[in-house]
Amino acid sequence: MNTFFNIHGGIHPEEEKHLSNPGTVLDAGLPQSLVLPLSQHIGKPSSLCVKPGDYVLGGQLLAEADGMVSVPLHAPTSGTVIAIEPRPVPHPSALDNLCLELACDGEDRWIEYRGCEDWRTETPESLISRISAAGIAGMGGAGFPTAVKLMARERLPLTTLIINGTECEPYITADDTLMQVDAAGIVEGAQILARILAVEDILLAVEDNKPAALAAMRKAAETAGEHCKVMTFPTKYPSGGEKQLIEILTGQQVPAGGLPADLGIVCQNPGTAVAARDAVCHGKPLTDRIVTLTGRALMRPGNYRTRLGTPIEHLLTVAGFDPSQNRRLIHGGPMMGFALESAAVPIVKTTNCILVPTEQELPTPPDAQACIRCGLCAEACPASLLPQQLYWYARAKDQEQLERHHLADCIECGACSWVCPSHIPLVQYYRAAKGMIRESKAEKVRSDRSRDRFEAREARLEQEAIAREAQRAARRAAAEKKAAAGGADDPVAAAIARAKAKKESAGNEESGS
Amino acid sequence: MNFLRITSPHGHGPLTTTQVMQAVLLATLPGIGVLTWFFGPGTLINILFGGLLALALEYSALRLRDRNPKRYLQDYSVLVTSTLLCIALPPYAPWWLVTAGILSAVILGKHVFGGLGYNPFNPAMVGYVVLLISFPLQMSSWQAPRGLGEIPGVAESLTALLVPASYDGVTMATPLDILRQNKGLLLDDLYNNSPQFGQWAGIGWEWVNIAFLAGGAWLIYRGIFTWHAPVAMLFTLGLCAAIGFDSGSSESGGSPLFHWLSGATMFGAFFIITDPVSGATSNRGRLVFGALVGVLLYLIRVAGNYPDAVAFAVLILNFAAPFIDQYTQPVTYGHKPSKRDDE
Repeated sequence: MNTFFNIHGGIHPEEEKHLSNPGTVLDAGLPQSLVLPLSQHIGKPSSLCVKPGDYVLGGQLLAEADGMVSVPLHAPTSGTVIAIEPRPVPHPSALDNLCLELACDGEDRWIEYRGCEDWRTETPESLISRISAAGIAGMGGAGFPTAVKLMARERLPLTTLIINGTECEPYITADDTLMQVDAAGIVEGAQILARILAVEDILLAVEDNKPAALAAMRKAAETAGEHCKVMTFPTKYPSGGEKQLIEILTGQQVPAGGLPADLGIVCQNPGTAVAARDAVCHGKPLTDRIVTLTGRALMRPGNYRTRLGTPIEHLLTVAGFDPSQNRRLIHGGPMMGFALESAAVPIVKTTNCILVPTEQELPTPPDAQACIRCGLCAEACPASLLPQQLYWYARAKDQEQLERHHLADCIECGACSWVCPSHIPLVQYYRAAKGMIRESKAEKVRSDRSRDRFEAREARLEQEAIAREAQRAARRAAAEKKAAAGGADDPVAAAIARAKAKKESAGNEESGS
Repeated sequence: MNFLRITSPHGHGPLTTTQVMQAVLLATLPGIGVLTWFFGPGTLINILFGGLLALALEYSALRLRDRNPKRYLQDYSVLVTSTLLCIALPPYAPWWLVTAGILSAVILGKHVFGGLGYNPFNPAMVGYVVLLISFPLQMSSWQAPRGLGEIPGVAESLTALLVPASYDGVTMATPLDILRQNKGLLLDDLYNNSPQFGQWAGIGWEWVNIAFLAGGAWLIYRGIFTWHAPVAMLFTLGLCAAIGFDSGSSESGGSPLFHWLSGATMFGAFFIITDPVSGATSNRGRLVFGALVGVLLYLIRVAGNYPDAVAFAVLILNFAAPFIDQYTQPVTYGHKPSKRDDE
């Protein structure tokens, strides 16, 4: 076994991974229609290049990347674009978002796509553009555009690529399954990513609760040379958090407010690696993914290859949903996933799991009791925070103390809430407090800007006043000087003479009319 | 179809606050058992009477504060408070003493601040100190242990509680009293001259302390609280005692073992200073908190006016807890250890 480092805190919830039978990929089938949100990633939504009524083939571009931090979107099958309108999407906010609805024609006809001959001879730039064109965004959950992440090489010297196959969330086995069925693809994808990043070391990280995946990855890694190593370590939640995994593997901590790239590290998900391989070697865009459908309210849980845009309703039917004992539908895992209000939302690039538990399995939480500051949360926190203190400060809206207690370093893993004997939804308090701080910072920026504007205006007015005063003084000085020079030339007498002359000429005009 | 919207995490660990409180109550049983064996049923009677009273008071306070009594009574916290206070009270205390103590603990120590979780001081110790200051005589008359005096039965215990005037018990100075008032004897001579001393400390007391130590160790094993505060307190108490031992002269403050196994040491270390609400909250903070309690405990015992000092030491440190918290924040992931961010 390789060496590894311990991280602070962590918890051991029931794993429940056996439920979804990792290692076998089932087919989710083709629904009647697909709903494709234009924003399935972090960054700007993609911009449409089709209109309602257009017939498209599988793999055809539907929307292109809009700017640097954005990704394109491709049709997951052939059919007709029937609607472009705001629809509910899987997002914690439960707000509607612009979506494209594609009525599938059932023929599943595809465009021709072709990859490069040999990625080993391609330049990093051309590899990045292939990945960018395939619409790949981080498939582990965050959905950051992969091509953008790969450009880290331009800013910082990199040494290591970590493929994060930890999958520490209970229930989810999508990465486990992928590692078992396509370890070679993951390793090849990792090699492509490593070439782009110009790093030598590839670490394939797998928690020790996935022996089959470990064996498959070890076998695949043999072909990739000595710089590609499989790393394993004891199961604990949240070992798969990017920062936590880096500490486990290297003993180093990502500096607060920094990125793994500051340590010369880039992390990628196994699904992302395979998608990159498909994009580079086959030219295939990202149009499907493995989704774990699990929970005891499903009769046929498992890992389903699912086209993006597949409505969750369709998947529930495929997996045999029994609504009698169920109250919750969770997008993601039980620790960090968010509850969906309705099953009429689609699968997106970041959907790794749909969890449909029975009430007995994951009971509705009881009312929160008082915080007794027992400190179990601090024992569990992987970021070594004091969640009990943050809780009080969040309730008091004490922004200064929240920042002093490093609220920003909370990764929202939920370990504190999980152990809290009083069932306090701690993470929810932190999310709200983070929102409050964001808001007040934005407010501060706004008020700073208007203050600056006001001060600039005041300064300008003052300057103008001074300038006017100076002008006036100059005029007065000039006049005095003139008066002093031509003593006979009395200005008062001159003015009287002028007025007299004017009056006379006015009188002449009057009499003349 | 509409599903429930609840924020993550969706699962939950096995422990509840009610279970925490129940575990603490359970862990007091060995200590209560030994107390009852050596000093008779007085403590048990206090606990039962005090517990009923505390429940009634909690119920009324919750009603007055417009809270749902059923929901809040479920947390068992008031029973923990009353049980801890009644363990600390002298057995065969009159009803009004117990009542005054419970009233102070539950109302003054807890509800005036806003109930469980909001109390800056340990409620049981608030009750205890109110009694100690108001009724020093009653609070310092402790039943003689088994073997040195007659142990009252249940009927007599009830008489002591309900009709204090017609109860006449056998009280005796405790070993801590004897040591504090020793003026001229070498420690060995003092031990030989006073029947109250046993194997390591006072007769009865040494076993009471060992029983509370056992209960506390079980709570640490269960993960109800961490070892930091108790170990730090016992360490500094032992250290101070070792320094002040003076090789057992007539000026000696007593040996570390004597201090560890006397009075409320173990009870305080595992059941009082581990109260998370009023103590320091981080593990480093708990080390500091416990260590300071240990020092204060020794100083008050040896140089103060009271025979035992857990209650005072704890209340004083309760004041300091927020301050300790401020300076013992653990190093967050990705931050440098030494630098303070607000500088």
